[in-house]
Amino acid sequence: MGFFDKISFSKLKEGLAKTRETLFGKVQKMLLGRSKIDAELLDELEAILIGGDVGVATTGVIIENIRLRVKKEKYEDPAELDTLLREEIQKVLASGPEESSPFAIPADHRPHVIMVVGVNGVGKTTTIGKLAHNYRSAGKNVMIAAADTFRAAANEQLEIWASRAGVEIVQQAHGADPAAVAYDALNAAVARHTDVMIIDTAGRLHTKVNLMEELKKIKRVLQKLMPDAPHDVFLVLDASTGQNGIQQAQQFSASVGVTGIVLTKLDGTAKGGVVLAINNVLQIPVKFIGVGEKIDDLQPFDRKEFVEALFAK
Amino acid sequence: MFEDLSQKLDLVFKRLRGQGRITEENVAESLREVRRVLLDADVNYKVVKQFVEDVHKRAVGQEVLQSITPGQLIVKIIHDELIKLMGTSYTEMKYAPMPPTIIMVAGLQGSGKTTFCAKLALMLKSKGRQPILVAADVYRPAAMDQLAMLGKQIGVPVIVERGKGAVEIAEGAIDQARKAARDVVIIDTAGRLHVDEEMMKEIETIKARVNPHEILFVVDSMTGQDAVNTAKAFHDRLDFDGVVLTKLDGDTRGGAAISIRAVVSKPIKFVGVGEKLDALEVFHPERMASRILGMGDIVTLVEKAQANFDETKAQKLEEKLRKSQFTFEDFLDQLHEIKKMGSLQQVLSMIPGMNKLPANASIDDRALVRVEAIIQSMTRDERNRPNIINGARRKRIAAGSGTSVQDVNKVLKQFGDMQKMMKTFSKGKIPRMFQGMRLPG
Repeated sequence: MGFFDKISFSKLKEGLAKTRETLFGKVQKMLLGRSKIDAELLDELEAILIGGDVGVATTGVIIENIRLRVKKEKYEDPAELDTLLREEIQKVLASGPEESSPFAIPADHRPHVIMVVGVNGVGKTTTIGKLAHNYRSAGKNVMIAAADTFRAAANEQLEIWASRAGVEIVQQAHGADPAAVAYDALNAAVARHTDVMIIDTAGRLHTKVNLMEELKKIKRVLQKLMPDAPHDVFLVLDASTGQNGIQQAQQFSASVGVTGIVLTKLDGTAKGGVVLAINNVLQIPVKFIGVGEKIDDLQPFDRKEFVEALFAK
Repeated sequence: MFEDLSQKLDLVFKRLRGQGRITEENVAESLREVRRVLLDADVNYKVVKQFVEDVHKRAVGQEVLQSITPGQLIVKIIHDELIKLMGTSYTEMKYAPMPPTIIMVAGLQGSGKTTFCAKLALMLKSKGRQPILVAADVYRPAAMDQLAMLGKQIGVPVIVERGKGAVEIAEGAIDQARKAARDVVIIDTAGRLHVDEEMMKEIETIKARVNPHEILFVVDSMTGQDAVNTAKAFHDRLDFDGVVLTKLDGDTRGGAAISIRAVVSKPIKFVGVGEKLDALEVFHPERMASRILGMGDIVTLVEKAQANFDETKAQKLEEKLRKSQFTFEDFLDQLHEIKKMGSLQQVLSMIPGMNKLPANASIDDRALVRVEAIIQSMTRDERNRPNIINGARRKRIAAGSGTSVQDVNKVLKQFGDMQKMMKTFSKGKIPRMFQGMRLPG
């Protein structure tokens, strides 16, 4: 947990400030001048949640739970809705498995292999740059494998991030077999006793059968060298993604077993509410959030802090 | 694209059509479902609210309740209102009277601007124009290299000026384009957040300096409720002329398209539908609404076929069809033509009624490759006279194409069926499979 202590709570709040302003600012505003919790108020709450990409189904769950509790526990004061909402959201998020400390890695294997996947343009390469930087700051030695051999200049982009983070990079020519790149990199990482190896993969839509097969192949090939690799598969998700995020999480999980989500671009006005929907359906924990383009703009995600930060006044 | 949305709507419609009498109650219930379908598709909730109110007003009015087939009429009302939402007609891109035409491309990070720029350049080039690309993204690592590499792939020159600011690059590029006698300049700008004041100022400055004839706003079709905020913010600053929707080849229900159009009333001009650089389509709102409502988009399909089919070959084929001489050789030709039109899934989605295929029946383009391999493993003689293919030949063909005898049999059977169908066609009869395709609405 040593590194985790260094992460400033204020930075997380800063990153989430916009989410808070737009989503929960509205709740606060809505509550002003109301004298009781009624159907109309719940309807408005529903609109706010749906407007925050939480999705119809998950919003339904949250609203229904609130409705039941209002009835059973006899809440009347709208000011209490704030507390209710906080608890119910935490409940949805809490349904995911417990996360461990962010940049610590288990001691029983080296290297710790992390595969980073996602659709096009969500910020995989940037996230990898930031991850590499964080692991390195935590005292690990890190290697990046450039297995996005499809997109033009992907190698060049990753190289720049690798040098910013001061870590090693293994790459091959444009158009090479990504599985071969991953295999060679893992070989090198084993030989050099690397602590963490991060594999960048090409962005792909989760509906492309052959491209998803390619991902599976990367995983299979890694397992030839290291049967339990990859130890983590991070799905990078753009915070502005709508309900399609659920499909993305489902499909990528089905092919390569996603172990965590990295929610990027939270520094915009997008609310990332689809994370609630994903947690409601799939229970994949959010591990990190991206709150900017700089190398240290990656924060570990903590459910309690997330909800606290959302409601901080 | 949009299949999922259209399938969901189709369910609601089916129930409506089945109703003998339409009451205010079942209209309200159907609309509740339509609302849910649209919200699940990421259409902005305010837009949905307005939409449902509009349809409701018209639907419970006299015209529906007195109509003979009220269900169909409601479907039609929803269809009309959807088209209204998406804009009623196709809007051509503006070209400058005096070249070069300057096109500026803007959007959030990761929306697909750079890829779109290359696709647009390729599309314009194939229409006989002489585009030039300008790499004005000075922030993202290797963004310039990416555009340069894409330019090389499509054979379009790219202006790359390292060490300069974006405004300076854009300004200088116009002169360079003029000198090089290029008639369209496409400026690829850096991705930026609409709340990043400094970056928004930068793009305003580029606009002021180069005076683009056309500003296109690129947006990821998987965007959720926030799409309206970003579109509005970019629109307030740039007053863009059109929207480009990218990554529509996934399973997104594309609600963002509907919301953006409703909020900024600027037309969607292009849609990106694949990884390859020719996977760009001009957007036709009325056709898209039809596609969403499951009525197919025959017009686009025909146009695609026209653009890709070889005229003389088509004539020869027609003749052969009439004389019922369709052979495996012709079949192979046809396979190639179809491949040129895009992926099978894409082609099928444009055919009316095809949205009723089960959602998970994803079509594997590799099946085509297998069929092709089988035909290519036949001798000339066999291709022209498939009836000579006996057991031994089947075995050889299977071995030659790396398939099994069962696969070969399947292809032979399908081919036989096709020949029969062609015969009925040429006699002027409409085969039964087309008779069920009455258009709804």
